Amino acid sequence: MEAYIYDALRTVRGKGNKKGALNGITPTYLTQTLLKELRQKHDLDTNLVEDVILGCVTQVMDQGANIAKTAAQQSGYGDHLCGVTLNRFCGSGLEAVNQAAAYVRSGFSDLLIAGGVESMSRVKMGSDGGALMIDPAVALPGHAIPQGVSADLIASKYGFSRKDADEFAAESQKRAAAAEAKGLYKSRVNIKDINGITVLATDENIRPGTTVEALSNLNPSFAMMGKMAGFDSVALDRYPEVERINHIHHAGNSSAIVDGAAISLIGNKAAGAKMGLKPRAKVVAAAVYGTDPTMMLVGPAPASRKALKQAGMDKNDIDLYEVNEAFAVVPMRFMQDMGIGFDKVNVNGGAIALGHPLGATGCMLMGTLLDELERQDKSTGLITLCIGGGMGIATIIERV
Amino acid sequence: MNIVLKNNILTYEVGSDGIGIITVNMVDHPANLFNAEMIQAYNEAAMTAINDEAVSGVIVTSSRRMFMAGGDLRFLGKPIEDVDAFFKGMMTLHQKMREVETGGKPFVAAINGIALGGGMELALTCHHRICVNDTSIKLGFPEVKVGLLPGGGGTAKTPYLMGLQTGLTYLLQGTEARPEQALKDGLIGELVATQEDLIPAAKAWIKANPNPVQPWDAKKKRIPGGGLMTPNGVMTMMGSIGNVRKITHGNYPGAQYILSVVHDGLELTIDRALEIEARYFTKVLQTKEAKNIIRTGFFAINEAKKGKAKPKGYDFQKVNKVGILGAGMMGAGIAYVSAKAGMEVVLKDVTMEGAEKGKSYSTNLLNKQLSKGYTTPEKMQTVLDRIEATDDPNAVEGSDLIIEAVFENVELKAKVTKQTEAVLAADKVYASNTSTIPITLLAKASERPENFIGIHFFSPVDKMPLVEIIVGEKTSDKTIAQAVDYVTQIKKVPIVVNDSRGFYTSRCFGTFTSEGVYLLKEGVPAAMIENVAKRKGMPVGPLAVSDEVSLTLGLHVMESDPRLKDNEEMMELYELQKMLVHEYGRVGKKGGKGFYDYLPNRQKNLWPKLAELFNSDVDTLDAETVGKRILHRQALEAYRCLEEGVLRSVKDGDIGSVMGWGFPIYTGGALSYIDYVGMETFIAECDDFAERFGSRFSVPDSLRAMAEAGASIHDFHKMQEPVGA
Repeated sequence: MEAYIYDALRTVRGKGNKKGALNGITPTYLTQTLLKELRQKHDLDTNLVEDVILGCVTQVMDQGANIAKTAAQQSGYGDHLCGVTLNRFCGSGLEAVNQAAAYVRSGFSDLLIAGGVESMSRVKMGSDGGALMIDPAVALPGHAIPQGVSADLIASKYGFSRKDADEFAAESQKRAAAAEAKGLYKSRVNIKDINGITVLATDENIRPGTTVEALSNLNPSFAMMGKMAGFDSVALDRYPEVERINHIHHAGNSSAIVDGAAISLIGNKAAGAKMGLKPRAKVVAAAVYGTDPTMMLVGPAPASRKALKQAGMDKNDIDLYEVNEAFAVVPMRFMQDMGIGFDKVNVNGGAIALGHPLGATGCMLMGTLLDELERQDKSTGLITLCIGGGMGIATIIERV
Repeated sequence: MNIVLKNNILTYEVGSDGIGIITVNMVDHPANLFNAEMIQAYNEAAMTAINDEAVSGVIVTSSRRMFMAGGDLRFLGKPIEDVDAFFKGMMTLHQKMREVETGGKPFVAAINGIALGGGMELALTCHHRICVNDTSIKLGFPEVKVGLLPGGGGTAKTPYLMGLQTGLTYLLQGTEARPEQALKDGLIGELVATQEDLIPAAKAWIKANPNPVQPWDAKKKRIPGGGLMTPNGVMTMMGSIGNVRKITHGNYPGAQYILSVVHDGLELTIDRALEIEARYFTKVLQTKEAKNIIRTGFFAINEAKKGKAKPKGYDFQKVNKVGILGAGMMGAGIAYVSAKAGMEVVLKDVTMEGAEKGKSYSTNLLNKQLSKGYTTPEKMQTVLDRIEATDDPNAVEGSDLIIEAVFENVELKAKVTKQTEAVLAADKVYASNTSTIPITLLAKASERPENFIGIHFFSPVDKMPLVEIIVGEKTSDKTIAQAVDYVTQIKKVPIVVNDSRGFYTSRCFGTFTSEGVYLLKEGVPAAMIENVAKRKGMPVGPLAVSDEVSLTLGLHVMESDPRLKDNEEMMELYELQKMLVHEYGRVGKKGGKGFYDYLPNRQKNLWPKLAELFNSDVDTLDAETVGKRILHRQALEAYRCLEEGVLRSVKDGDIGSVMGWGFPIYTGGALSYIDYVGMETFIAECDDFAERFGSRFSVPDSLRAMAEAGASIHDFHKMQEPVGA
């Protein structure tokens, strides 16, 4: 049995701070907006939808107590609708898609909603505690370091310079600005308040005209942490072949902190017939792969290879890639490792320009990729994200 | 005062004002110590007071110079035979201390002297701590320095007194704070000016605070600055974990367990937190690392300081006057430490100018201390007055000891020896501070080779505590005894070794640097060699330290070694170093170019061409093997020194390695390291290395015999004794 993607929507992304446009909007409201839009767009018989699987990383406060069921209850789809919230860190939104596809392919479910949400302006990253970084019994033997230092470690080990990263970042901004100008973000939904007044109608973080020169003036974000908190030494203990950590990442070449949500409608063929909807694509393969917690952001390549193998494909079968720009070095290392060109990767920009609402991004990338495959009339795409703690996730979709 | 209780641990008496005083005086011990016996006696006295309606509060103090020195390492260093019973014993101790602090009556610690470790923990059972404001008093928890964690409540309680960040700093660094600092940080609550003010201040506090509650028992218990699960707490814990690895590289479980006790227990009731502390304390005492640090870092070094290496049967021979020949950096440093210890010093150089310059070294050091308030102008002058700078060779007449510290040249040294012996009394000792030339060779210039010895100081002399005493072929025991007495007099740590090329420390240190270069030659990336060495606990990488010593000097040492011609492995290394020095001008740090590039005001960087010259590749060798080679090689050389009789004791070998060239203390030292790895494993790995990397890893038969007998390295001399003797 195949799992089909009937549609994919995402919200606009607001800056994830006190001044961000979506700071006054709850994550439940963000999710509901998409659920309502989906129903309206397709005149959806909501009785057919069984479950909402949402990725969300910081599951406390507004996002605590199973926000998927909370949003489901608010959506008006009906009391039958269930909700489950999952956390695979930055891979959560894509993990939700993969789980939904797995439910469908196994025959356990006919139709589900999968996506993710993160209001980073309202629920601070890291405010859910956890043992990973602060339990000495875990963190010390694990050589745990913050992600930014890990990104700088990757750059130091694989020879990426500050200039490489800044050039990548400027290109991401350029591509995003071009896509925005051409109206290519077709699956994007504006956020309106309870009166119907538009709160945000664009991705707030895009900075058209960003230059390499301007970026070169920014201070590295993780140098202090690396030195004062000892994390450079922790990294070198694990990777002694690196002479020292070159701190190349800063606010301008790392993903922006934003608020946003995304959903997709995933079901079997029969469900499509019942809804009267034609599928846009199918999920061909899905994989995760673990790496060590120190160089934790190099998972995309091994996860992608695993997915390709599962699909019986090689890299030349993939028309377009979406690789999450958590830090500039992540897609750069991915391209280096896989041996693929920048012309196939993140053609409409990525999280450096648009932002990375942790739990939602994976599903957002899938929607962006699907829109672009349709626009270019190409067939196959691969979505992949690096994941904190040392994981990678990859999904291959194919238009039908 | 009415004496209620008196035993060999303490006296408990009650005054007419209804205030009790518990005075600890453990007459059977050299100082008051924290142990089960003491806590039992303390609890008994305290409970008598608590149950006595006539008593309103209790002062805890000491009649010894120190309030309490700390835990009883003699007991803690022993193997735990019954883990369960040990843990229960710790819980009983906690219960006895808790009974005192929750008994409902005010307890005040009147801290009259040093209170460290267990001493501070005894004071923490009191509701208030008053200390005399005397800069010779130190307060804190040094346990981490002996590989342990404070196990008498110190780890669980400290964050309540000074917050998470400062508390963790005290615990993880083993801070020994002066009273003023301790007050500022919250470890104590009050200072008084003199000893006489202590008891009245304590009584006043008791009268003003009839119902005190410990901060960890308060209804709203609060950690200053916030608990663990606050943004600050999380950042502090994250940073502390990072820094613990930065400093310990994961080699010291004690530091990790301190973090764990705080992490696991801070948010819980104090009783639960103390239980967690007891579990980790029980665990840390079972680690090889703690045992090694206690054995070598505490006991062996303390015994050595007292002159354990001194031959038996000689009375203490005090040095009143010492003649120092050569006022260069070493001579100047030796003059300083000798004058500081109260000796009359003659500092002789070829020119008056040179001698004065040598003396100014002391002036500069003392000025620094003066500016920090560690000395007074009068004391400073007294020390300086003891040093006579001179260019007159006859000025050393009347010295009890001569220390020659002239340039490392056999002819020059011979000349100086002859010149000096002409004025030195026939029964006095002549020592050479050489670091490379065999003493037996130098002694040939002496009329009295039995009085000739090597006293090898490390640079800078005022900071480095180790002194290697080198016994020449004809050196008498009496001379050795005199040398040891001198070193103990200047409060340094003497080890005694027999003559050999490079003696003990320089010889083993040489294997550390040379193994680094072998690895480089094989294609292991330079960064990996340096970082792995540090990860294993060496303070500096072998390539950086080679640069410090200078590659040119390294070449000279190799050239002067008669074994060079016939040793292929050594020749390889020599040719390589020669190429670096002569073809590429990589002379070392002084020249700005060695294995590293040295640019002014910049961090040193590894010379990029190394990777090209040696085809460096990460996959050449795994980091684990790199690390083992670096440490095994040094341990093997230390063992050879033991086997050849260069080392006279295993402990001296351990001490020399740890204090002389920075071999990591968690292993116990270069010889104990063999036990740490496991003798059989060590031998098997060296055999493998000998096959893969060269015969320098070949294992002596006597070590194999020890492994077969199931012996420990510490049994070496026992095994050498003739059977049935």
